[in-house]
Amino acid sequence: MSRIFETPLYPYRRSKDQDTVRAVRHPVVVVGAGPVGLALAIDLTTQGVPVVVLDDNDKVSFGSRAICFAKRTLEIMDRLGCADSMVERGVQWSLGKVYFDERQVFEFNLLAEGGHKRPAFINLQQYYLEHELVARLRALAEEGMAIDLRGNNKVTAVRRTADGVQLTVDTPQGPYEIEADWLAACDGASSPVRRALGLDFVGRVFEDNFLIADIVMEGGAESPVERRFWFDPPFNRGQSALLHKQPDNVWRVDLQLGWNIDKAEESKPERVIPRLKAFLGEDARFELEWVSIYTFQCRRMEKFKHDRVIFAGDSAHQVSPFGARGANSGIQDADNLAWKLALVLQGKAPESLLDSYDLERRQAADENILHSSRSTDFITPKSETSRLFRDAVLDLSEHFPATRPMVNSGRLSLPSVYDGSPLNGPDCEGMPSRTRPGAPACDAPVSGGWLLDRLGGRFQLLTIECDAPEHLEIEGIGVERLAMSATGQEELRTRWLGSAESAVYLLRPDQHVVGRWRSFDREAVRSAVLRAVGR
Amino acid sequence: MAELIVNPNIPDPDDFYAELLAAHEGRAKAESDAFNARLILLLANHVGDRTVLTQALEAAARSRNVDE
Repeated sequence: MSRIFETPLYPYRRSKDQDTVRAVRHPVVVVGAGPVGLALAIDLTTQGVPVVVLDDNDKVSFGSRAICFAKRTLEIMDRLGCADSMVERGVQWSLGKVYFDERQVFEFNLLAEGGHKRPAFINLQQYYLEHELVARLRALAEEGMAIDLRGNNKVTAVRRTADGVQLTVDTPQGPYEIEADWLAACDGASSPVRRALGLDFVGRVFEDNFLIADIVMEGGAESPVERRFWFDPPFNRGQSALLHKQPDNVWRVDLQLGWNIDKAEESKPERVIPRLKAFLGEDARFELEWVSIYTFQCRRMEKFKHDRVIFAGDSAHQVSPFGARGANSGIQDADNLAWKLALVLQGKAPESLLDSYDLERRQAADENILHSSRSTDFITPKSETSRLFRDAVLDLSEHFPATRPMVNSGRLSLPSVYDGSPLNGPDCEGMPSRTRPGAPACDAPVSGGWLLDRLGGRFQLLTIECDAPEHLEIEGIGVERLAMSATGQEELRTRWLGSAESAVYLLRPDQHVVGRWRSFDREAVRSAVLRAVGR
Repeated sequence: MAELIVNPNIPDPDDFYAELLAAHEGRAKAESDAFNARLILLLANHVGDRTVLTQALEAAARSRNVDE
């Protein structure tokens, strides 16, 4: 078994910033080389912004951690050039089984909607995602782009100045100073940057512990390609259990342990192995790849932007793991932030554009916290009455479809629609709700490939059955046209035209819709572009 | 838009009431509570209308506190 998470991937190398008398100033310093920091750095680089990434480590994440990546994440990864190998390696599943006590109460098939390049989600260990991102970052650096990933560079002090940030960074060869116009703190739930600045992080602690174990069965037995969830099973009375498949024959087992336990004691193999055998059978032979006990919280910072310091991912918000909303939402933070930061640094948008990052992603975080708190309340009822209704839902679900939609063992992460965002332009009657202003672009097959492969990274005008200039230059912001015909493209028609005969969509560099019209109007597009860049 | 029916709507109410009590007969408190929860969920699904369900929740809360 190769343990890619134990191998140094970006070992410490001395940077020339360590040999200067005055601290070197960079446009953007990203702290944290997890999925969010790496995605942000790659996005910024490809949009022409030099980036330095500091990580206190030199390896991918330890253990599998996040294992479920949703379609929107894969679409963002596609834009960053990283999705193909993720999807190739990842496990696609659609069958889910729900058990209550000793019985299977029902099973469901998540028949994903057709006509999308990417599946609804894949299971993949977080370290593979990070590995892919590091490889992409290296490839960009080799092409001569200014992207510098510094391993074993630990931020020990953060000082805010009027127009930037000063950092003290510790390395195996001692500390050095560095400055940044903007600091992106993608340094995880325990964010040293957030702590160094003494910023709040309030929310709800769920008084519960969960044991996660990644195991490999002896003889290479494959785990079933499905998700199994148990409420109150005989092998873990009063608690829940989850079994999920990962690549490389790794089984992910998640067992709820309750609140009053000794975490150190419960992490020991002599305690873990009997628990797993009670679950998998006394005869089961397996190797433990990774074990972790976690307690989770649902919380977010009051604001994600503090002067020139911007928080993204777990450093800004934390959710329960049910519904795969941690890494997925963090990657959407990066997707939202990169183009805005690039335009601000290039002098094409006012600094206030970044307030919309704060607003749009706080709204998304609240949505994620709401959904994941609801799942948690269903899985671990907090009162006698709550348990009574939960059990009633499960009992009825065995016999009637009526209550099955209420069974909540995690609702899959869907991207947020930035309804009401100040960046949004006009909507147009008769067009579909799913592509309204603020929504992420919805994929569809188009002649020669997929719509989403042709969107992103710049402002674009998507015209369907409609004429418009090939290129517009609006006060320094370039807008390119993508012309499409709906003839013979039923998905494109249903998802983008609705009852309209023609459409013009203005899309942001993160593929979200700004506004839409029936036909091209230069003045209307111009004012929507300026609004979308905060001018 | 549908409204919660708060006027009599069940033909032969005495008979329904007797049937409701009979369904609980011989059940321990915990069992009766579970039965009620299942009944509420089935009836709520039958009603379906979110506005009516909210009105029913509000009406049920109000009648408890009518004297407060």
